Amino acid sequence: MSAGGKGWRDLPRGGVIEDAGNAREYHTGDWRTMRPVWDAEKCINCFFCWVYCPDASILVKDGKVVGINYLHCKGCGICAAECPKRVQAITMIKEAEAADAQTTGKGGAS
Amino acid sequence: MAKRVALTGNEAVALAMKQINPDVVAAYPITPQTDIVQYFSSFVADGQVTTEFVRVESEHSAMSAVIGSSAAGARSITATSSQGLALMHEMLHIASSYRLPIVMPVVNRALSGPINIHCDHSDSMNARDTGWIQLYCEDTQEAYDNMFIALKIAEDPRVLTPVMVCFDGFIISHALENLVVEDEDVIKKYVGQFEPDRYLLDVDNPHTIGPLALYDYYFEVKRQQAEVMFHAMDAVSEASAEYGKVTGRNYDLFETYKLDDADVGIIVIGSTAGTARGAVDKLREQGVKAGLIKLRVFRPAPREEIVAAIRHLKALAVMDRADSYAGFGGPLFGEVRSWLYGTGASLPVVNFVYGLGGRDVVVNDVASVYEYLDKLVRNQAPLQLVQYLGVRE
Repeated sequence: MSAGGKGWRDLPRGGVIEDAGNAREYHTGDWRTMRPVWDAEKCINCFFCWVYCPDASILVKDGKVVGINYLHCKGCGICAAECPKRVQAITMIKEAEAADAQTTGKGGAS
Repeated sequence: MAKRVALTGNEAVALAMKQINPDVVAAYPITPQTDIVQYFSSFVADGQVTTEFVRVESEHSAMSAVIGSSAAGARSITATSSQGLALMHEMLHIASSYRLPIVMPVVNRALSGPINIHCDHSDSMNARDTGWIQLYCEDTQEAYDNMFIALKIAEDPRVLTPVMVCFDGFIISHALENLVVEDEDVIKKYVGQFEPDRYLLDVDNPHTIGPLALYDYYFEVKRQQAEVMFHAMDAVSEASAEYGKVTGRNYDLFETYKLDDADVGIIVIGSTAGTARGAVDKLREQGVKAGLIKLRVFRPAPREEIVAAIRHLKALAVMDRADSYAGFGGPLFGEVRSWLYGTGASLPVVNFVYGLGGRDVVVNDVASVYEYLDKLVRNQAPLQLVQYLGVRE
């Protein structure tokens, strides 16, 4: 039994997605096994992580990185790899060992 | 006025498509379906239809094209046989899961190998679990009539599921038969306009079809498809009854012949039903109470109706023009036995696999099945569950 979600009687016929362009509502972040943790103190706002993120999970506000969207970040680690060696503002930790172990982290607002 | 004409099965089906005048036909030629596409393409070239005819490079593409056009809101038809249906296979599941009312004549032909172009039902039986509705035809008239009824069933809001109209390759597709064809305005009125409640070209209501649905939603979508088949029988019956009112030709889920007082019966699909009627008459002359059931609708399965029709028999033979290679005969055999199980009926049910690759079946062949059943009932022959009729030993 899968909890949550509509039953077959209430779902649109053929699984049609009636609200087109709703990919952001699909929380692919729960695929993640490794979590990037961003350190605001170390970040120099070079935006390498933002450029290289294959999703759009680096959150930016007023020209500055403000966090990571854990609802959609799949934990590929490219941001941590691209963060300059002398900066290392992003470290990868095991998702299971994250403090909250939830898909909705601090930067969760999408 | 309806008129009586002589046409081959393929000509009759092409004429039916002309009278429907669908928005899109995408098809690839394959024996023995080729004539349908050929005749229809000439209607397109001569401006007798307004159909957008898409020349595709394979049957996989043909089915993909009509999936796209049907989703866009266009009334869409394709046609195929044998290897072509096999090549479409993955797209058949997609058409039914998207709930698209595509209609497809399937001119039944054996699947390779060995390579063979002649009739058996291995192609459409191979597609029986694809979520399509399947109607089977005995003759040219039925092939013509079922095209319109299939369209009505497919587009029924309760159904919205694709339908195959299956008829025997060469035996029906290429043989010239007399049939009654309706006036185009009668057909136009019967099939009406296709007015989908949802279509991709509706720019005011954008939506996405073909979703990714993993363990979280896939099961629910398939459960919807299962539900369609629980209720599609009503749509089949109503569409058939309405057609009967308009044309005077009435079709049921299956047809019986001298079954009510029969002791021994045969259930058969397709053109062999005509041969079997001859065998029934022959056996009746010999004093054997023989009866016949010709199955028209195989998907959804008319389980309760068939059980009610056959349970009084003393023995039943299920004729399969395809093998399931289950070590237990053909597909219809397994299903009929399953339908009967637990109903209290205890008649012996045996299987005759016959006619593979176009192997001819004549009245005496079918008569031999009745003769076996008669002996079985009299305890003069051993119960042999699966037999192969007309094969060289």
